[in-house]
Amino acid sequence: MDRVSKLASDRAVVIFSVSSCCMCHTVKRLFCDLGVNPAIYELDHDPRGKDIERVLARMIGRNPPAPVVFIGGRLVGPTDQVMSLHLGGKLVPLLKEAGAIWL
Amino acid sequence: MLFMIWLNWIKIFSSIWITMINRPFKKTDITKCMQVLMCADQTLNIFPSQPMHAVDPATQIGQALANGSTSKGPVNQAMGAPPTQRKNSDHASPALANQDNDQRPTVKREGSRKATTSSSEQEAPKTPDPKTLRRLAQNREAARKSRIRKKAYIQQLETSRIRLSQLEQELQMARTQGSILGGGLFFNDQGLPTAGGALTAEAAMFDMEYVRWLEEHHKLMFQLRAALEEHLPENQLQLLVESALSHHEMLINMKGHIARSDVFHLTTGTWMSPAERCFLWIGGYRPGELIKIVLRHIKPLTEQQIVAICNLQQSVQESEDALNHSLDAVHRSLSETITSDVLTSSAVDMASFMSRMSVAMSKLSSLEAFVRQADNLRLQTLHRLHQILTVRQSARCFLAITEYFHRLRALSSLWVSRPRQEGV
Repeated sequence: MDRVSKLASDRAVVIFSVSSCCMCHTVKRLFCDLGVNPAIYELDHDPRGKDIERVLARMIGRNPPAPVVFIGGRLVGPTDQVMSLHLGGKLVPLLKEAGAIWL
Repeated sequence: MLFMIWLNWIKIFSSIWITMINRPFKKTDITKCMQVLMCADQTLNIFPSQPMHAVDPATQIGQALANGSTSKGPVNQAMGAPPTQRKNSDHASPALANQDNDQRPTVKREGSRKATTSSSEQEAPKTPDPKTLRRLAQNREAARKSRIRKKAYIQQLETSRIRLSQLEQELQMARTQGSILGGGLFFNDQGLPTAGGALTAEAAMFDMEYVRWLEEHHKLMFQLRAALEEHLPENQLQLLVESALSHHEMLINMKGHIARSDVFHLTTGTWMSPAERCFLWIGGYRPGELIKIVLRHIKPLTEQQIVAICNLQQSVQESEDALNHSLDAVHRSLSETITSDVLTSSAVDMASFMSRMSVAMSKLSSLEAFVRQADNLRLQTLHRLHQILTVRQSARCFLAITEYFHRLRALSSLWVSRPRQEGV
């Protein structure tokens, strides 16, 4: 659990994803288009991926939880949360606040 | 069996002749003979399909006895008056005429004539005579036949009922299997699986619910338009706008429900009209289209609103691009999975084929996630527009959106019913 939060606050934007998941690809693509350079942890390539997945599932309340996005150490959530924030125009200010983009 | 019949006959005859011969003739003897005959009646009725045939010998005996009795003395009368008896015998005689024996009608008429001309010394109506006996026997026969028919009919009903419940069970099982396979099986009218082109059960249900949703939505829009034109107070308008928003949400929930079982029904857009299908994007309209409609038709907008809507447009575009990009990646990987090795190798390796197919299946199942995200995008766009615009503007926005799709549907129906050119 604390490993997850440590990893999450390591960088401005942290994405826990699964390499074969298509929604993870969508979220990654979205952030790259916004000019963000997120830290991506592929849970299926990570040896401790299973534990992290379990912790994330408990945090999100959904299994499989991927993709899960942390911005500035704070949990943002799965894909639809990210999309809603972005449409609400709140994603970009959040990213600026976390220092992920500067413009 | 036949031997038993003969035995019975011999018994009957012997009992009759003994009673007739041994003592002076009496009416009670006739009664006894009739009773014996009635018992004989029962034994004779072992062939229910030919009751008249079995009864005939009894009636013949009855006629003979009647003749014999009239020649010897007063005769028993049937119950009821002689005219009714004659009527009965008249009724009986056409029936009798169907029989093989020709002697009987003449014998019977003779007997009936003699019966009517006999003296008034009549027994109590309860004593049966041949015609009544025959009538009774025929009634018995008819009742027995109808009982047997009724039994057979009920049997048939029961078996059909069991068969019907079995068929319903099979249909239910097949339907659930079809839903588990994600709409792989299609059902025709008889509930049997058939090759594609037909709708799955869930898809047909979704189509029906969609039609109902459209009707409800039109009613809502009618109310909204009326409220706008009558310049109702803001809070009432707000209520109507919010109900329209939640009605849109209801449609998205419906789509989410069918996406679980039959995602291709949504992505191929068979539930939409043809003109709407031109603009099909991941199981529905493009969210960006809504914003374009708003920007074009909802005027006047404040500076702040325009800026907000433009920002919304940009973020919607970015989200759409991200979804499109991953969808392309899914398509690419799906075709790679399907075509690897299979096209070049001549031998069909079942194991590798099945493993490839299972990988492809998991990739196909990701389409459901795309449809869900696209629908979420549509819903969020509507919510955000409602936040940016004022109440009156939101009302006009919803009306404009509905009118847009309504015109697309009208265009589709005109297109479908357009006159085709003959020849060439």
